[in-house]
Amino acid sequence: MGQEGTGTTVALPIRVLRVSIAEWEHFFEVSIKMHDMSAHAAQHHAPPTSFLRKHVFSLDHKVIGKQYYALALLAALCGMVLSWLMRIHLGWTNAAIPGLQLLSKTGAPGGVMTPEYYLQLMTMHGTIMVFFVLTTAPFAAFGNFFLPIQVGAEDMPFPRFNMMSFWVTFLAFVVLMSSFFIGDGPTLGGWTQYAPLNSVGAVGGPGEGMGVILWMISIALFCIGQLLGSLNFITTTLDLRVKGMSLMRLPLTAWAWFITSCMGLTAFAVLMPACILVILDHVAGTSFFVASNLVINDQLQPHSGGSTLLWQHLFWFFGHPEVYIAIVPGIGIVSHILITSMRKQMLSQRVLIYCMGALAVLSYMVYGHHMFVSGMNPFSALAFSFPTLVITIPATIVVLIWVFSLYGSNFRINSASLFALGFISMFVSGGVSGFFLAQPSIDIMLHGTYFVVGHFHMVMGVAAMFGIFAGTYFWFPKMAGRMMNETLGKIHFWLSFVGTYCIFMPFHYLGMAGNIRRYSSFPDDYMQSLIPVHQYITVAALITGAAQLIFLYNLIHSRFWGKPAPDNPWEATSLEWSTATPPPFDNFGGKHPVVYHDPYQYGVRSSVGDYVMQTSPEQVQTEHDEK
Amino acid sequence: MASTVQEPPPIDPHREPGRGQAGNGGWRNLVPPDNNRQAVLDYSPPPTSTAIWVVLFAITMMFAAFTSALFVRKGSSLDWQSFTLPPILYFNTLVLLASSITLEVARRRIAALRGDLNSQVNGPAVWLYITLFLGLLFVAGQYVAWLQLRGRGLYLATNPSSSFFYVLTVTHALHVLGGLGGLVYVLHKLSKSILRQNQLDATARYWHFMGGLWVYLLLLLWSKL
Repeated sequence: MGQEGTGTTVALPIRVLRVSIAEWEHFFEVSIKMHDMSAHAAQHHAPPTSFLRKHVFSLDHKVIGKQYYALALLAALCGMVLSWLMRIHLGWTNAAIPGLQLLSKTGAPGGVMTPEYYLQLMTMHGTIMVFFVLTTAPFAAFGNFFLPIQVGAEDMPFPRFNMMSFWVTFLAFVVLMSSFFIGDGPTLGGWTQYAPLNSVGAVGGPGEGMGVILWMISIALFCIGQLLGSLNFITTTLDLRVKGMSLMRLPLTAWAWFITSCMGLTAFAVLMPACILVILDHVAGTSFFVASNLVINDQLQPHSGGSTLLWQHLFWFFGHPEVYIAIVPGIGIVSHILITSMRKQMLSQRVLIYCMGALAVLSYMVYGHHMFVSGMNPFSALAFSFPTLVITIPATIVVLIWVFSLYGSNFRINSASLFALGFISMFVSGGVSGFFLAQPSIDIMLHGTYFVVGHFHMVMGVAAMFGIFAGTYFWFPKMAGRMMNETLGKIHFWLSFVGTYCIFMPFHYLGMAGNIRRYSSFPDDYMQSLIPVHQYITVAALITGAAQLIFLYNLIHSRFWGKPAPDNPWEATSLEWSTATPPPFDNFGGKHPVVYHDPYQYGVRSSVGDYVMQTSPEQVQTEHDEK
Repeated sequence: MASTVQEPPPIDPHREPGRGQAGNGGWRNLVPPDNNRQAVLDYSPPPTSTAIWVVLFAITMMFAAFTSALFVRKGSSLDWQSFTLPPILYFNTLVLLASSITLEVARRRIAALRGDLNSQVNGPAVWLYITLFLGLLFVAGQYVAWLQLRGRGLYLATNPSSSFFYVLTVTHALHVLGGLGGLVYVLHKLSKSILRQNQLDATARYWHFMGGLWVYLLLLLWSKL
């Protein structure tokens, strides 16, 4: 006894002190009753009735998923407006932006932003987008909503942690945004918050005092939220799979979320202590990151002997996996949508899963490529360059599987599948510039230029956004119970697709021309002749940004007035389409589905068409068999 | 392949169960026969058992980050000043290790109770209370160690060595407090006779991990400070 799994009773009827046999029997019965209840009501909680428990502090993974989506949407709007402000300033440096002085009197006197305020906006743009959009939307939002349904569970195993995960993340967002209104504004150190600027306090510039502390608190909170989320994702995938759902029968999205949560678990657990150390440097006077004899603004800093590179190591050990945390769910979502649209299986689903796993593992070995010019030992630069080139192999295999699977398929064009194709395009275009940056010798020239900005915006930013859009168009019927407008969706796609190329392709040329990133304006130097390119990009950014309002309109209008959605509008096979639209509280209406098929049985002849649902016990022949 | 249908694994009602029915095909691959729940011996939901490993992994990563920071920081500058650790730390170590032993005793008593309901085993709660007491004693002992360092003029910001000492010990102590919370939870469930095996197992694993982690930290601090 005491060995795992060899109990005699249902729960443990244990008495604190010695008890009589009669009492034992009583406890035995009680515990059996409790267990039958818990077995039927499966995941611990019953449908809530009060508004607060139903919509605000909900334990339901579907509500939490929608909350995450709403948070990501709000954050994306904030981040987009910030990028507009920055772009206008880059194109027309002295132009006054009406109303900006209301946000910060000192940062934008008369509506013209100071260079410091430009950096503050840039930092917030990056932080909001990377953490609160690219991490929350494809991973936390869609994952929360669909992972339990796709594995056939009734909820996540720890609903309270799940609720906490969202509200801690929300709190993190509030703390981050509050820095706009406290003291001299948000921090200006960039989303990477490099040391020693992040640790010297107010002497470093506007926002380097309270702004940095708020940033660090916000990100530490965010880490806690994502760790709790990862805990739920991993246990859901491993333990709550329904009968017949072996690991290899999980849809690619479920695999992507599982792999992402493993990455998140490792990455966020490292970023959090790093944030704590920075906060200590600020408030307790320690010297983790500030070197001796550092003079900033003519003031000798009181710190001694800290290592500025240490922050970069800790940060990028998180930071590089973070970009895969942003993109791997996108890979899963896009594969899921492409297969549904192609009406046939991928060339190899197994290889696709292995590639995502390889991306996850390799992402921890390449982080040093962000630090080629940091003063790191050149030999370690070589050591980091090699896996950086190796990591392109699984990424390339993924793309090749997509492209060659597309060949000869009866592709169904709709907004979701268009965005999935757009994802491939962005992923390839952004990925190709990665080859250049992965070589230390070339990176010496390109580092810190717009080339890098163009690279990561395409491969991580826009590609992941396209994944989010594809997922939204694809799953909106299931999430909201109504269809989105396809015409508006296609207009949104083409404007976004062409627009993002207009914005981010010129970034590469700017970078090769030597245009340094993070500068707020270039009126008096060799970059002066590049200003017209910036103006062109600004116009493109404003138009492309405005095109996102079409999406917003479509989203809100369809939510309330869209055409009611059938249970399985895309004729898809995975479990989320076998339940009602929108799914009932316990996902499958009191039943446990049983899984009989691999996730993507398309191109077959069955009683419902050219596909067979995972839950259908129907025996079908593939076209291949018939030949 | 002739057919795409693959039947789910057959259900064997006589099979020794894993840890629960909620998995229902998941990692433990335990499927209780319909309406035959008596055949399944322990309905404890398995995610708790998985989750505790996930939690321990995250904590490991966190302390790995602190450790690497310590190594880099020590190597990056000459301002590192060594100091001798307060001797009470060794006493605390013994206390924490002893608490692991008492927790195991409690676990065995609980197992004995489950194995034979008629057995005359003394209540395991006493041993859990002893574990709780030893855990509190450990945290109190750590507090005394911090006071002693303060008495020697070593504060958080005095030197990087003292900075790391405080950061590592305080973070560990906070995690130990979390473990104490887990023990209180177990005691609460025990007193209401609704304790599940895997709740106890998870708490015990966490607690033993805290002990192991402390031994590691002590070796690190002893060799590096």
